[in-house]
Amino acid sequence: MSDRMKKMMMIILILCCGSVCAEENRSLFPVLSISYDYVQMPFEISLWILLASLMKLGFHLIPRLSAVVPESCLLIVVGLLVGGLIQVLGEDPPFLDSQLFFLCLLPPIILDAGYFLPIGPFTENVGTILMLAVVGTLWNVFFVGVVLYGVCRVAGSGLATVDLLSSLLFGSIVSAVDPVAVLAVFEEIHINELLHILVFGESLLNDAVTVVLYHLFEEFAHVGEVTPGDVFLGVLCFFVVALGGVLVGTVYGVLAAFTSRFTLHTRVIEPLFVFLYSYMAYLSAELFHLSGIMALIACGVVMRPYVEANISHKSYTTIKYFLKMWSSVSETLIFIFLGVSTVAGPHTWNWTFVTVTIILCLLSRVLGVVGLTYIINKFRMVKLSGKDQFIVAYGGLRGAIAFSLAFLLSSDIFPMKDMFLTAIITVIFFTVFVQGMTIRPLVDLLAVKKKKQSKGSINEEIHTQFLEHLLTGIEDVCAHYGHHHWRDKLNRFNKRYVKRLLITGDRSQEPQLVSFYNKMELKQAMMLLEVNSSSSPNTNTPAATVLKRNLNISKEREEEIRKILRSNLQKTRQRLRSYSRHTLLADPAEEDWSEIRLRKQQVQMERRMSHFLTVPANRQESPPMRRSCFESDNQGHLDRASILVSVPDSVSLHDETEPTRDGSRRRQKPSVTFALDMEEQRMSRCLSDPGPNQLNEEEEMEMDHV
Amino acid sequence: MGGSQSGRVHVFQDLADKTGFSIEQVRNLHDRFMYLTKDEDTLRREHFDSISYLAFNPIRREIIDAFFDKRNLGQNEVGCLQEIEFEEFLTILAFFRPLKPHATEEEIENIRRAKLRFLFNMHDTDNDGIITLDEYRLVVEKLLFSYETIDSENAKAISDAAMLEVASVTMGQMDPDEFYEGITFEHFLQILKGLEIETKMHIRFLDTTTVQCLKKE
Repeated sequence: MSDRMKKMMMIILILCCGSVCAEENRSLFPVLSISYDYVQMPFEISLWILLASLMKLGFHLIPRLSAVVPESCLLIVVGLLVGGLIQVLGEDPPFLDSQLFFLCLLPPIILDAGYFLPIGPFTENVGTILMLAVVGTLWNVFFVGVVLYGVCRVAGSGLATVDLLSSLLFGSIVSAVDPVAVLAVFEEIHINELLHILVFGESLLNDAVTVVLYHLFEEFAHVGEVTPGDVFLGVLCFFVVALGGVLVGTVYGVLAAFTSRFTLHTRVIEPLFVFLYSYMAYLSAELFHLSGIMALIACGVVMRPYVEANISHKSYTTIKYFLKMWSSVSETLIFIFLGVSTVAGPHTWNWTFVTVTIILCLLSRVLGVVGLTYIINKFRMVKLSGKDQFIVAYGGLRGAIAFSLAFLLSSDIFPMKDMFLTAIITVIFFTVFVQGMTIRPLVDLLAVKKKKQSKGSINEEIHTQFLEHLLTGIEDVCAHYGHHHWRDKLNRFNKRYVKRLLITGDRSQEPQLVSFYNKMELKQAMMLLEVNSSSSPNTNTPAATVLKRNLNISKEREEEIRKILRSNLQKTRQRLRSYSRHTLLADPAEEDWSEIRLRKQQVQMERRMSHFLTVPANRQESPPMRRSCFESDNQGHLDRASILVSVPDSVSLHDETEPTRDGSRRRQKPSVTFALDMEEQRMSRCLSDPGPNQLNEEEEMEMDHV
Repeated sequence: MGGSQSGRVHVFQDLADKTGFSIEQVRNLHDRFMYLTKDEDTLRREHFDSISYLAFNPIRREIIDAFFDKRNLGQNEVGCLQEIEFEEFLTILAFFRPLKPHATEEEIENIRRAKLRFLFNMHDTDNDGIITLDEYRLVVEKLLFSYETIDSENAKAISDAAMLEVASVTMGQMDPDEFYEGITFEHFLQILKGLEIETKMHIRFLDTTTVQCLKKE
C-alpha cells in the first residue's frame, strides 16, 4: 500500500514540476479552444437554413395554422421576429443582399418552376399569357408611374423630389407580378390548371419587361433626358432581352440533352449536369443583361423531354427531389429575409405615397386585366369568365424581386430610395398577407374550378392522342392551319431530326403511347407489390381476402406458401451488394430478376386478357398455355420475393430491361408523375384471375418444393 | 350572278341555322368545299387526296370515312354514302364547333354525347354498336404506326390493357366465368368522362374571308 502511495506521490510531484516549468517557459497546450472566425461564414449560412427549415417543420405541425394562413405570411412574420430579436441584441440584422438574392436564391425556384412547367396548357394559352405579361405590365408601369407623379406634384412637401423618371422607375419595380409569391400562394389553393398557368406564366414572362424597363429608366435617370431615339432603342432592347434570353436557354438546354445521351456509365452525376447547365444558362444570360428567368425557363423546357428519356429512373427522382428541396429552402429563406430586412432597413414613411401606391397597384391591376381580357376573349376559344378574371387580377402578388430591384438603386441618383423601399415593402406585405390569406376562402366562395386529380388512364391517353390526330386532320380539311396543325408539324420535326440526335439508341424511336403504357404497367406492378408486401404480416387486406376467396386454398397451404416466400426473401436479401460512391453497379442478379418478372407479368396479363376478352370458344386454349408458361411462372414466384425486398428501399426500380421483338434490349424508365391511385377493383382483378389456373399452378409449385 | 347570289345567301342562311355556324363561316366553308371538289356539286373520297397534309395523318382513313358515315349525318341508318353534298359536309364539321359561352348544363351534356358518339362511330367500324377488342387494337396500331414501324406486339398489349381497364371501370367485379364483350356507347361515355371533350374537341372556323390566301397548298 505504501509503495503505491509513494509511487503516486512521485508522479504528482513530477507533474507539478513539469507544469511549473511549463508555465514559466510557454503557455499551456489548449485542450479546448474556440476559433469562431474560421467557420463563421458557413456556420451562419447553415444556421439560417436550419432555422428556415425548422420553421417550415413547425408550421406543418400546427394543423389549424397552415390551413388558414399561407406559409409565406408565416415566414415573413418569423423573419420580423428574428430581425427584431437581432436588433434587440444590439447587432445589425443582415440584409437581403441583392446579389445573393439574384444569383443564389432565385435560380432554384425558377428552375423548379421551369423544369416542371406543364407545356400543354402553357402553349395553348401562350397568346393570353404574353398579352398579360407584356401589355399588362406596360400598362401597370405607366399607369402607376404617371398617376403617382401627378399625385406627388399635387401633394408637394417632401414628395417634390420625385420626378417623372423616378416615378416611372418606381412603377416598373412595383408593377411586376412576382413568381415566387405567386407560386407560394397558388401551390396551396389548387385551382384549375388554366388559371394557374395564366397567372404563373405571366409572372415568369414579365421578367423580360421588368428587366428592360428597369435598366431603361435607370439609364435615363442617370442621363437626365429622353429622346425618341432612346424610346425606339428601348423597344429594340426589349426584343433583344426576351429573345436573347430564350436563345441562350435553348442552347444550353440542347447541350444538356446532348450530354445526357452519353451518361450511360456515369449515372451518378447525371443530375449534376442538369443543374449545372441550367445555372450556367441563367448566369450567361445575366452576364449580357438578358432575361435570366426566361433563359432558365427555356433551358428547363427544352432539355426535359430528352434528358428524361436518357437518364435513369433514380436520377430522375434525384433531380426532382433536389429541385424541390432547393426551391423550398430558397423560398423560405427569401421570405424570412424579407421580414428581417423590414426590421433592418432605413425607412422613410410617407402616408400619402404609400397609400396611393397601394391603391394604384390594385386599381391598375384590375383595370389592366379586365381591359385585356375583353380584347383577348375575342381570340380565345375558351373564354375567360368574370370569375377567372377576378382570380387573375387578385393573384397578382408582389414579392422579393421588387424589393431586391429597389435595393439595387443607388442613393445618390435617387434620394428618395428609402421612401421607395418602404412603399415597396408595404405593397409586398399587403399583397402577400391580405391577398394571400383571403384568396383561398374567395376561391371556395366563388366556387372556382379546382384542379382535377388526374389518374393515369390508358384509355384517356389513347383517346387524347386520337383526338389530336383527328383535329389536325379536320384542320387540314378546312385548310385552317391552327394550333393543332403547327403542333403536329413540330412533333414530326422533333421525331425525325431532334430526337435522333438527343436521345440514346433506340429509345428515340419509342412512341409516346408505348412509353406511357410501360409506365402504367410498372406503376401497377409497384402497386401490386406494395399491397403484397404490406399484407404479408396480416391476412385481412382486400387483396388477400380476394385471393383466398377465389382460390379456395386451405389455411395450411397458405401458410406453407408464405413460408416459402419468406425463405426466398431472405436468400435474395443476401444478394444485394453495396455500391461505391463513384459507380452504381447494376446488380446482375437484380437485372435478371426484373427481366424475368416483367416477362412473367406480360405472360400473366396476356393470359388474363385472353380469358376475359375472347369469345367462349377460345377458352380451351388456356390449359395448354398454362403448361408452356409453367417454367417462367415457377421462377415468377421467386421473383415476387425479390421484388418484396426492393420495395422497402426505394420506390424506383433501377434499369429494368425488356427484350423487344427482335431481342435487342430496351431500357424502360417509369415516371413517378402519375398519382398512385389505388383502384381496388383493378387489383382484385389482377389477383383473382384466372382463378382455377392459378390454383393448379400453386399445387404444382407445392409439389416441387415439398 | 346577282340573282343566284341572293338565292345562295338564302340557302346559306338555312344551313347556318341548321348547323349553328355563322353566315361568314358557311360561306368560307363553301369556298373550301368548292375548292376540294373542283367546282363540282358533290364530294367523293378521292377529292380528299388533294389535301397534302392529310397524307401524314395516321388516322387518315378513319377521318375520311367519318365524312361518309351515315350514322354521323343524323339519319338512323347504317352504312356509307359514296358522295356527299355541301350540307352533309357542314353537318360533319358542325361536330367540331366550339362550345357556346353560355350553355346550360343540359346543352353541354348533349353536346358531349354528340361528340363522343362521333368518336365512337369512328372506332366502331362494323356498325354493331360495340367496340370489340380487334377494333380497338386497330386503333392503337394506327397510333403507333406513326412511328414508322408497326409494333403489333406492343399494340396488342396496350389495347388489351386498355380493354381491361374499361372492363374494370364499367363492369366492376366480374365472375371468373364472365367475359367482356366490348365497349358499348354507355361504357365509352363512362371512361372518357374525365376528358372534358366538349372543351377539347373543336377547331377554329374562320369568320373573315381570308380563305383565298390559304388556298394555295
